[in-house]
Amino acid sequence: MKYVLLICDDETASPSNEQLAADPVHQAWLADLERRGARIVGARLRPVVDATTVRVRDGETLVSDGPFAETKDFVGGFVIVDCASLDEAIEIAAGHPYARWGSIEIRPVWE
Amino acid sequence: MTGHHDRVTAAVEAAYRDEWGQLVATLIGLTGDWDLAEDCAQEAFAAALATWPRDGVPRRPGAWLTTTARHRATDRLRRDATGAAKLRQLAVLERDPAAPPVEEIPDDRLRLIFTCCHPALRFDARVALTLRTLAGLTTAEIARAFLTAEATMAQRLVRAKRKIAEAGIPYRVPPAEALPHRLAAVLAVLYLIFNEGYDEERLDARRALTAEAIRLARVLCRLLPAEPEPAGLLALMLLHEARRATRTADGVLVPLERQDRSAWDAALIAEGVAVLDGALASRRAGPYQVQAAIAACHATAPEAASTDWPQIAALYGTLARLAPSPVVALNRAVAVAMADGIPAGLALVDELAAAGTLTGYHLLPATRADLLRRAGRTDEARRAYREALALAPTEPERRYLAARLAELPDSAP
Repeated sequence: MKYVLLICDDETASPSNEQLAADPVHQAWLADLERRGARIVGARLRPVVDATTVRVRDGETLVSDGPFAETKDFVGGFVIVDCASLDEAIEIAAGHPYARWGSIEIRPVWE
Repeated sequence: MTGHHDRVTAAVEAAYRDEWGQLVATLIGLTGDWDLAEDCAQEAFAAALATWPRDGVPRRPGAWLTTTARHRATDRLRRDATGAAKLRQLAVLERDPAAPPVEEIPDDRLRLIFTCCHPALRFDARVALTLRTLAGLTTAEIARAFLTAEATMAQRLVRAKRKIAEAGIPYRVPPAEALPHRLAAVLAVLYLIFNEGYDEERLDARRALTAEAIRLARVLCRLLPAEPEPAGLLALMLLHEARRATRTADGVLVPLERQDRSAWDAALIAEGVAVLDGALASRRAGPYQVQAAIAACHATAPEAASTDWPQIAALYGTLARLAPSPVVALNRAVAVAMADGIPAGLALVDELAAAGTLTGYHLLPATRADLLRRAGRTDEARRAYREALALAPTEPERRYLAARLAELPDSAP
């Protein structure tokens, strides 16, 4: 099964890429993904201040600053994994450093 | 002839109660298709009703039903182009002379229980799914039990089954490291089913929710003999069930100390205590074992006055550590009042009231009222009873509180 893990938090803690790379929890998470051979693709996203939202209404393209919805948590990254079941996806998600202060939403890929 | 027919009908009903869950569990294990499994199980029982009166009840009803249901599944999958892969799996079993006879197919109910109670499903969906696929209640029966429209309940079941398939919830018993957490989720579902039936009897006695919860807990205990908490929950249910008939009289709640102890079910109490002793022998305490131990203290006291309150207060202390909650703290306050004197208990209740976590919960003022009455502080008791009366959610409780309020002596002028 393929799942997208949406890595979310409120952006209060915003480690740099270097800090994240040095975080032993993050390193352990990457090693775990490697061991499982589950990772297809993934990316860290820049904060929502740099987000742009596009809508087309009545043929008109509306561009606005910021994320699509005003919520407490924002998507800060994603990873697409291929693994045996939801239980394995939960195990992978639980190992991500952001799970400790933010949350990871697991969405099955619609194939 | 009628006698024969009745005996056969009773045999089919007994087989339904005993075999439904295992039949569905086995078919899901073989085909991975929940709807197909339920349909074929249903058809197997229809076939039993049609043929057992003529051919007699088979020596092993469960094996007969499994074989029949498996044949139905094979037939259906043969007609269905997308069923080819599932069919191959089944066909191996049908043809392979080395395949285990149906009697030896491992009990798949444990996989089914854990999948039905998976935390990725909504709690109400876990409850409905457990009652439908494991206990074999119909959608209409479950809807009636939970005062929900049948269409709503049907949709809840459809969505839950769809999520299991689409989100890839595995059909398995969780590995050891996940077991404690996942087992707690299973036990919570069973206890909710029991409490729904205990608080208000909405089904006819034959399919009472308390009986279903107890039956499922027995299955769980058999399948997980090394785990003490399922036995703790089973003991707790048995000890509560033993007192059920005496909990209300003429629509008025009867508190424990005024219940007719001679009407308690001695056999259920004995079984509950024995099951609890077995669990406690593992020396791995858990919240259900502790609650069962408290229930056992009450159930085995020959009269209210001989209740071992110091022991109960100590057990509530343990429970407050294992599973802290303001309701547990309130119960502990009552036990402390009975063991160490009313002022000690009242002080704990006042602390809880000040913390504010139980605001709006009728048992907080009701407990205070009771302790104040025992302490002879009539005016304060009266105010607390009135406060509780305004918050009490059920009619038997309101009637009880009103009666207690009326019993209070007139206050001094």
